[in-house]
Amino acid sequence: MCGIVGLLVKKPELRKSLGEMMVPMLIGMSDRGSDSAGLAIFTDLLDESHRKYSLYSGDKEFNWSELLYKFQSHFEGDTEIDSQGNHAIVISNADPNSVKQWLKHHYPHLYLLSTGRAIDLYKDTGTPQQVSDRYHFKSLKGSHLVGHTRMATESAVTAAHAHPFTAGEDFCLVHNGSLSNPHEIRRKLEPRGIQFETDNDTEAACRFLEWRMREGDDLENALQRGFEELDGFYTFLMGTVDKLALVRDSFACKPAIVAETDDYVAIASEFRSLAHLPDINHAQLYEPAPEELYVWTV
Amino acid sequence: MDSVIFDLSQTSLREVNQFLHHGANGNPIKIINPDGAHNIAVGLHSPITVEIAGHVGYYAAGMNQLANVTIDGNAGTGVAENMMSGRVHVKGFASVSAGASAQGGLLVIDGNASLRCGISLKGGDIVVGGSVGSFSAFMAQAGRIVICGDAGDAIGDSLYEAVIYIRGNVKSLGADAQFEPMSDSDYQAVGELLAKAGFSHDSKDFKRIASAKRLYHWNADANQDY
Amino acid sequence: MNHSESSQSLSLEESAGYDRRILNYIQNAAAHGLYEIRGLGAKRRLPHFDDLVFLGSSLSRYPLEGYREKCTTKTILGTRYAKKPIELEMPITIAGMSFGSLSANVKEAIGLAATEAGTSTTTGDGGMTSEERLSSKTLIYQCLPSRYGFNPDDVRKADAIEIVIGQGAKPGGAGMLLGQKVNPRVAEMRTLPEGIDQRSACRHPDWTGPDDLTIKIQELRELTDWEKPIYVKIGASRTFNDVKLAVHAGADVIVVDGMQGGTAATQSVFIEHVGIPTLAAVRLAVEALEELDMKGKVQLIVSGGIRTGADVAKALAMGADAVSIGQAILMALGCNSETYIQNGTHHSAIADYNALGTAPGYCHHCHTGQCPVGVTTQDAMLEKRLEPHVGARRVKNYLQTLNMELTTIARACGKQNVHHLEREDLVALTIEAAAMARLPLAGTNWIPGWQTGSSF
Repeated sequence: MCGIVGLLVKKPELRKSLGEMMVPMLIGMSDRGSDSAGLAIFTDLLDESHRKYSLYSGDKEFNWSELLYKFQSHFEGDTEIDSQGNHAIVISNADPNSVKQWLKHHYPHLYLLSTGRAIDLYKDTGTPQQVSDRYHFKSLKGSHLVGHTRMATESAVTAAHAHPFTAGEDFCLVHNGSLSNPHEIRRKLEPRGIQFETDNDTEAACRFLEWRMREGDDLENALQRGFEELDGFYTFLMGTVDKLALVRDSFACKPAIVAETDDYVAIASEFRSLAHLPDINHAQLYEPAPEELYVWTV
Repeated sequence: MDSVIFDLSQTSLREVNQFLHHGANGNPIKIINPDGAHNIAVGLHSPITVEIAGHVGYYAAGMNQLANVTIDGNAGTGVAENMMSGRVHVKGFASVSAGASAQGGLLVIDGNASLRCGISLKGGDIVVGGSVGSFSAFMAQAGRIVICGDAGDAIGDSLYEAVIYIRGNVKSLGADAQFEPMSDSDYQAVGELLAKAGFSHDSKDFKRIASAKRLYHWNADANQDY
Repeated sequence: MNHSESSQSLSLEESAGYDRRILNYIQNAAAHGLYEIRGLGAKRRLPHFDDLVFLGSSLSRYPLEGYREKCTTKTILGTRYAKKPIELEMPITIAGMSFGSLSANVKEAIGLAATEAGTSTTTGDGGMTSEERLSSKTLIYQCLPSRYGFNPDDVRKADAIEIVIGQGAKPGGAGMLLGQKVNPRVAEMRTLPEGIDQRSACRHPDWTGPDDLTIKIQELRELTDWEKPIYVKIGASRTFNDVKLAVHAGADVIVVDGMQGGTAATQSVFIEHVGIPTLAAVRLAVEALEELDMKGKVQLIVSGGIRTGADVAKALAMGADAVSIGQAILMALGCNSETYIQNGTHHSAIADYNALGTAPGYCHHCHTGQCPVGVTTQDAMLEKRLEPHVGARRVKNYLQTLNMELTTIARACGKQNVHHLEREDLVALTIEAAAMARLPLAGTNWIPGWQTGSSF
């Protein structure tokens, strides 16, 4: 099914090497999943008025400069774009809801992968090595990240179905396992105005948490509710603007291991992924217990 | 005796395992840089001594027969699964399903073992220096598990004839598992297993958990959930 | 004595929903408080291979002469990674059935027959018996969730390993053997107390999910120095996804068992209501392999209600590389036969069937261990009713018949090799079969649920 990785650096001077440290971790999970890969990274916080949007055009050629031009014509204020191939990050101080509407209306085939002040998100079909190379993961900088390699179980192999999934702003989720009641969850959430993009079971979990947090739950309470309502096997790794959070279901059939030093916290499905991290021989290693929420703050 | 050394970062796992299957001649073998690789020392079937210097992935020493394997680190899922005889020693902690379905031999874990330790046990012995996770000894059919620490939820669920000896606390008993009084032969068995594992606890501190045997035959009146 | 004046004719209007079968079910539930457990596979009528027919040669295609023009049935399984793939003389194998559900004599008979016919047998949930290893030239060793008796020495003795995720009779369920069949030998092989009702686990103890299955398959390869093929057996439900995942996990051969697949003891509610028909499962499995471009690289074995040479031919035409047979092998040995053969003569077993509350042709009482013809029993007296050499000859005859029917059909369709049968050689007789098999309804180019005109 999948491999998951997470990395949070504790010292600001390590932020510039976040991507470099992560790439071997992600590639170490290729045996667990090689259909597609994805990564959400949390970088320096933009100011209150700005947001960044990760956009993905799939397998089509895309004219990003044309999008920028049209965007600037429509929205006042400053806008920047950083594009590579089928992926781009747009930064703007326009109202986020208006931006989302505008994108939906003018570029319905473009995927909005994430919205937030800190989060950048990449996902695509291909092996973890290919996806890493395509988006230069090695040179990414940030405080923490969540990554995933996918072996599709029930839904299709497309980038849209790849993880991480996002909800709201600066929140993302990766999942190893298989939920057994995702369709019921979806049917429960859609009438409440929660919109789904795929039939992927992970998205059902992500939207469930989105709904709970929209209703005022903090992440801990949302996950507690999740223990009752989400059925199946899962290890969830989540990223917020300043935290990584990990939880395993009560059966803990899907693996996870944590390595912690003074410099970083690293999480992966298998120790193999962590084996080449700096100073791993002196790291504190442990497996997260089932049904407990582990939170690490930047 | 000089050890034969294999560096897993240089030599393929397949070559190492084939050597262990066919080429070992009595010298102890040391494997370095395991780096969490899976299936190290799987299917050994002669009385050789293997030391693995580091952490291993899944199924290390799987289906071990006769060999003496020491893992100087942590073990992933299913360490010594289906072991037939011999000895496997994990100096760190073990992940889920440690000793799963083992029919003989001795598995020693110095640290904690995760969930489902000894699941489906078929005659092997397991001694855990730390605690074990939930569902340990699930459907364990024969053999003994000695736990020096605590147990999680549902210990010994659907137990057959395997016996659990525990020193610490039990979060909850599994279906059909019950505490029973310790007899002299129980104390003796625990003492022997602790000695073999190299732990110095007093066998008097241990309690016995065994099957109530109410699930051996289907019984409609007992509202059994099958 | 009073008689009624006119002979009353009875007004008997049976309900389709509450027919005698359902009445019996409700009454038994009320009496016992426990579900019915029985043997054999789904008994209800299902869309199946009988609903397909072959388009034999005429003017547009030319047939091969029977007997004179060669039609080969050689089959090779497990070419993907193993150093020693399985080589068979025919694409018809014998499915996994446990020692415990079957007697040792039966296992020996099946082994002898398979060796003579040039095919393989498979162990079951009870482990490998010496009788079977000695009598069967090609033996597939199952690795099941229960792991009863599973040990590396037997793995090394086997010719291939079959990791069982589930079986068609009960996808998602687990093995079961009632106490009356857990005799001393069975109990010892399974590490269980004698006489208890055995329930197996439904998940493997040391892996869950295809990502972990990948590592488990690698473990078995390491154990066998990469020599032996690894099969993965799946009960048919979400077959398309499951086959793709099995390929990703590294399987050499995939076995798909449809809901008609048999069992020696399972809750009847499971047998009849969980899992999809073999016809649909074959199509889904083949589509999955084709989508991954693995057709021919990972071989497909299909089982669940394979009974005749026509069934074999149709499974192959739909894309299977081989079939596996369980129930029909037992029937060839005498299951549901009125007589058993002991000391050279036929003896009537009818009274023994009746004593069980059934009759030949209706019996599914494998779970009782009182098989009147000595097949699914551990009883010392009853098991003598199946003599290994007699049984072996009957099974070999049956396999031979199937193989001959297979080549007859293949030649009629112009094939020199039974593996050249293709889906375009088939049409369907019913709408359900056409939809499930994704084949056109005879005389039309309509495939229900799919665009028309694209089936050529």
